[in-house]
Amino acid sequence: MKSPQFAYHRPQSVADATALLARLENAKVLAGGQSLMPMLNMRYALPDHVVDINRIPELSGITIEGDRITIGAMTRQRDIERSDALFARAPIFREALRHVGHIQTRSRGTIGGSLCHLDPAAELPGLVRLFDGTVHVIGPGGERSIAATDWGLGYMTPAIGADEIATAITFNVWSGRRGEAFEEFARRHGDFAIAGAGVRLQLDTGGHIARVAMVLVGVDVAPVRLLEAETALVGRAPDAAAIAVAKSGLDPLDVLSDAQNSAAYRKHIAGVMLARAFRRAAQSAGAHHA
Amino acid sequence: MHDPTPEAGKARHAISLTVNGTAHAVDVDPRQHLGDFLRQTLQLTGTHLGCEHGVCGACTVIVDGAPVRACLILAVQADGASVTTVEGLAGKEGALHPIQSAFRAHHGLQCGFCTPGMLTTLAAFLADNTSPTEAEVREAISGNLCRCTGYQTIVEAALSAAQTLRGEG
Repeated sequence: MKSPQFAYHRPQSVADATALLARLENAKVLAGGQSLMPMLNMRYALPDHVVDINRIPELSGITIEGDRITIGAMTRQRDIERSDALFARAPIFREALRHVGHIQTRSRGTIGGSLCHLDPAAELPGLVRLFDGTVHVIGPGGERSIAATDWGLGYMTPAIGADEIATAITFNVWSGRRGEAFEEFARRHGDFAIAGAGVRLQLDTGGHIARVAMVLVGVDVAPVRLLEAETALVGRAPDAAAIAVAKSGLDPLDVLSDAQNSAAYRKHIAGVMLARAFRRAAQSAGAHHA
Repeated sequence: MHDPTPEAGKARHAISLTVNGTAHAVDVDPRQHLGDFLRQTLQLTGTHLGCEHGVCGACTVIVDGAPVRACLILAVQADGASVTTVEGLAGKEGALHPIQSAFRAHHGLQCGFCTPGMLTTLAAFLADNTSPTEAEVREAISGNLCRCTGYQTIVEAALSAAQTLRGEG
């Protein structure tokens, strides 16, 4: 359980980091380290070079300008969880982060690291997809903005190059009469979830759904949005019938299975989590039927 | 292909950090994690290493006020940091930290292997929140495995220490 040998680099700026990554062969970027360090200790990862981006101040912080939120890629999960300003605009982040690992791993773990590791059950990539967010990356070819919908290319494979680093995540929040909620089921608190669901919705003055977004994590290699069901829900009251419409979004999905959880079981759990999240989101938006 | 040049892999890095109030300036191997650095280099063997992949929580130490897993941070990354291990929880002349006294009073340990991580985790948690609910205490130690106590006595100790820290003890 000891890491292999590697050369250690600690760039002080984004430009230094990208210059190093362009030059070095077989380098890994060390963000919060809460996935890379176990992979090093178990020797799943065998980099010749580790580029530690923890001392680049411009990569951290939360900025709120109107409805637009920017979270630096190296912002610690614990700092996102604790941000009262973010909680006021997007309370689902605090709620979902309580399921991310444990206090000790959230002290170090970052949102950019979570996105770049892209575990299928990870909560933060699911939230970025829920908010139609954008991941900003920089590399030798300059800056790129990657929409959340294009971020997951495959199993633990995000759309970022080995010579690029993520710099920030941006997304917009809704205002008005809105609600959001996150639910997941894991065998033990902090374990990777069997499935999880995030819902945000906005009601019009008549109490009908004006806008809705629903995301599932754990069911496929990357977060899944239920876009057809979302469209079908607009204009409806957020009642029990609406929850049935929401759950119908799971019907066409091919769901992951593993030794502990069959696809059918995981799909069932995802549906239960979705219904719970939908109900709570509707309640926090002030609906009476849910 | 994993073929680092020997010089590159073995290049040591000079770091300065404070551990339990004592300043240290040491050269470290980049691959050494903070847990091994504390135990092997500084001979502070109070920090226990269980799984070394971030699951058991036994190696928890407090870095710049935040509880972290010492197996999941490189020693070289602690350059400039202030680290508190279980050896640093007690006050001057060995007066136990309230969480340590509470563990003794409530039998919060049996074999003792998880205890350093439990104490550091709870000391950091109680520094943030001196009025936790039982559910909050259980969530706070959800990343620390104990195979002896069933957690009940640990939770009781934490709630009792919180009372002491609020000045009600």
